[in-house]
Order: sequence, then structure tokens, then C-alpha cells
Amino acid sequence: MNDVAPRRLTLTVFRYDPRAPERTPRMQSYEVEEADGMTLYIALNEIRERLDPSLQFDFVCRAGVCGSCAMLINGRPGLACSTLTKALGPEITLAPLPAFELIADLSVDTGKWMRAMSERLETWIHAREGGIDFARIEERMEPAVAEAIYELDRCIECGCCVAACGTALMREDFVGAVGLNKIARFRLDPRDHRSGNDYFDLIGDDDGVFGCMSLLGCHDVCPKNLPLQTQIAFMRRLMAAEGLKPSLKQGDGK
Amino acid sequence: MLVLFIWGHMLLESSILISKDAMYRVARFMDGYYVFGADYPFLITCAAGMILTIFIVHAALAMRKFPESYRSYRAFRDHMATFRHNDTSLWWLQVWTGFSLFFLGSVHMIAMMTRPGDIGPYESADRIVSEWMWPVYALLLIAVHLHAGVGIYRLAVKWGLEVGPDPAANLHRLKLARWIIIGFFLLLGFTSLGVYIAIGIEHRDHKGEHYVPSWEHGTIQINEPKQAAAAVPKTSQLAGGES
Repeated sequence: MNDVAPRRLTLTVFRYDPRAPERTPRMQSYEVEEADGMTLYIALNEIRERLDPSLQFDFVCRAGVCGSCAMLINGRPGLACSTLTKALGPEITLAPLPAFELIADLSVDTGKWMRAMSERLETWIHAREGGIDFARIEERMEPAVAEAIYELDRCIECGCCVAACGTALMREDFVGAVGLNKIARFRLDPRDHRSGNDYFDLIGDDDGVFGCMSLLGCHDVCPKNLPLQTQIAFMRRLMAAEGLKPSLKQGDGK
Repeated sequence: MLVLFIWGHMLLESSILISKDAMYRVARFMDGYYVFGADYPFLITCAAGMILTIFIVHAALAMRKFPESYRSYRAFRDHMATFRHNDTSLWWLQVWTGFSLFFLGSVHMIAMMTRPGDIGPYESADRIVSEWMWPVYALLLIAVHLHAGVGIYRLAVKWGLEVGPDPAANLHRLKLARWIIIGFFLLLGFTSLGVYIAIGIEHRDHKGEHYVPSWEHGTIQINEPKQAAAAVPKTSQLAGGES
């Protein structure tokens, strides 16, 4: 039994619904009693169930896998479902992630941003020949390569890295760490036959890897602890070498 | 390249901490005396002009990253205020130190280009004290070393310099090295500036007179203003040559 009285937490939450523009953006405070093992996700659910059913926020998995509940927690991007309230002070401020279209309150449309980024960077396997054949058996891959791809594929597209990136907030065309990590992932994949030149066309400019100012916000907040700084630095070196090549050749540059 | 120049410059100008003669030798070496057998101050003009050119190119390239509108300026400022993230805030510090270097750095480099012969223990000290350049140099020291230290750290992070196998420990080491380097050069710079100021105050009544090294009048001098050597115009010492 824990004899210490539970803390009273004050959650100050950004409230605004763009579909009701007559109501101006505001901060609204709620008090909840802290429970053992309470996460912000649980606290928000309690607020919605007991205090204010109109409060809007996203969640799906409740286990740090889907990335839906990403928000600014005391100004720092993070996942509500994997943030324990005991790690925070009694006054907690919650706001929606910047850089993404606001749906309402803490809910943002990361999907729209991610899709646009994905289409722009063509984040899918580009096979040179053979077309799509679902009956064909996939080529074998070295376990070490598969591991390396999986490491980068752990990205859940929560948007924390974009919200923590000063460059992405200043320049909406910047692809962000999530985009650069995707390219690093496909570059590793032997099934993707794009050349270094092809990748250079996608991220070899100031909207891509050369726009990164190395502020490390992405690296420091990634809920999956992805090695974003090392991946971006690696892609920068690769793209710089590609850009310095006297003649750009077509074909598989891997 | 600029950072290496700044650090080299600091090590050379801090030769005043050894002795006035040491600084005199460095100044004459930079004039080409020990290579060509005579002083060629235009070498300083050329070097300062080259550094100024690189400085301008660097500034032009860096400005690409500046906020390009009030909206993006506000976005970054608000982000920095709410995020309270060290590396993000340090970038803003780089913007401001870089901006101040437009003025402070340019003043110094143009002075070196136009008066290349006025570099020496007394000449530099006179410029710092009697010509009231010490506030400029004090501000320049702070701005340039913060800018250079944070800049070289960011360059190391940007290109993935590895100083160990573990990426997290690697970053930690780079951050630590950043502050150690900044602290070292600020300490070195301000100590040297203090010595120049002391010499400048001592030499205030003889402003404009050039330094004569100890071997030209037979006394050994180790940074003791009370035992300051007799000063004569530089033209006569050059005419007399080394003894």
C-alpha cells in the first residue's frame, strides 16, 4: 500500500475546433487525481469521461506503436500513451503538434502530411523490372540487412520529429527526419533498384538533407529512439558525394 | 576553414602571454620577415582580404537558413520558447553572434587590411587602449568563440563525426568538447586582451612608437611593463637590422 496521498494534477489543454471558428483558441485546465502507473493518455481519457466529453484527442494502440497520440507535452513532442504522469510535475500543459493540420484540440492530421511526404519521396520499393506479381516468391535477404532495414522501419510516423524540427516549422517543404529516415531505409533495401542519383533527385537539396540544420530536436524526441542524427549525417555524406560526381549515371547505384 | 583560422589566430596573438619579444617575432613572421628577409605588410593585407572574402561567402551561405519571413521567424521563436531545447536555442545564438560578426569581424578585418604594419606588442596594445578598440575586441571575442565553437560542433554533428562507437556517447562527447573548446579560447582570448590592455595603458604616453625587441638593445623583457624597453620608430630598427 502506498501511504502517500495521490497528487492532484492540473492539465492545461489547448482547446480549439476549426469547424467552430466563432470560438477562439484558448487554454482550459482540468484537475485529475494521479493514479499508480497513470499515463497522459489515461489522464486524458479520465477528463473526457468524467469532466469534458467534448475534449478531442487521438489514440489507437495505447502502447506507443501507432503514434496517434503524439502531442506537445510541456512544449516537448511526445506520445501521451507512453508518458507517465509521475515523470512530470503537477502542472502539465498539452498542445497539438505544430506543422500539421489541426483537426480539433489535441488532434492533428499527421496522415495528410505523411502521405504528401511519402508521395513526394516515393517511399515504396522501386523494382527495375518484373512489375507486380503477388505470386512471385520474394528474394532472399541477408539477416543483417533485414535487421538494418527493420531498425529504420520502426518509425511509426507519429510526427514528433517534425514538430521538434525548427527547420520543418520554418519551411513547410522540408521533408523532415521522417522523410530522410525513409530514404535511408529504402536505400538499404536490395529490392529497391533506385540509384544514388535517383535519391539525390529526391533529397539532394535544401528541402531535403541539405536543409537540415542539425538542431537534433528530431533525434532527442523520437519515441522509438531511432538513430536519426546518424542516419541524416550518413545520407548527407552520401548525397554530397553523389552531387560531386562529374557525370550522373542512371541505374542501380547500390 | 574559418574556425581553424580563428583558433590559429588566437594561438598566435596569445604569444603576448609568453613575452613581448615572442609576439614581436610572430608579427614579423606573419610579415614574411623570416621567409623573405624583409617585412612585407601587404601579406597581412592579402591574408585579411582572403579571410574577409571567405567570411562573406560563409555569411551568404548561412543566410539561406535564416527565417525568410516574419511568419517563419515567429514559428521558430515560438518553437524555441516552448521546446526549450539546447541545440535549438544554440542555433538562435549562432544567428545573433553571426549577425554581430558582420560588424565586429568586419571592423577588425578591414583594420588589418588597411593598417597591416601596425601589428606588434606596442602597436596592437595602442590600438586596443589608445584607439579604444578594446570594447570591440571584447565583444568580438565573445561572439566569435561562441559562434565558432557551436558552429564546429554543429558541423561535426551534421557530417557525422564519430569519436566513439556508441552514437549516444559520441554526441555527449561532442557536446562536452564544444564547451571545453569555447571555454579554453575565451579564457585565452580574454587573458591576452588583458595583457594587451595593461601594455597599452603603460605605453599610452608613447602612443605610435613601435616596439624594439630586447635583442636590439640588450635587455631581456618578460612581460613586465615597468621594465619596458626604450621605444624607437620601427623605421630605424629596420634600418639597423638585427644584432
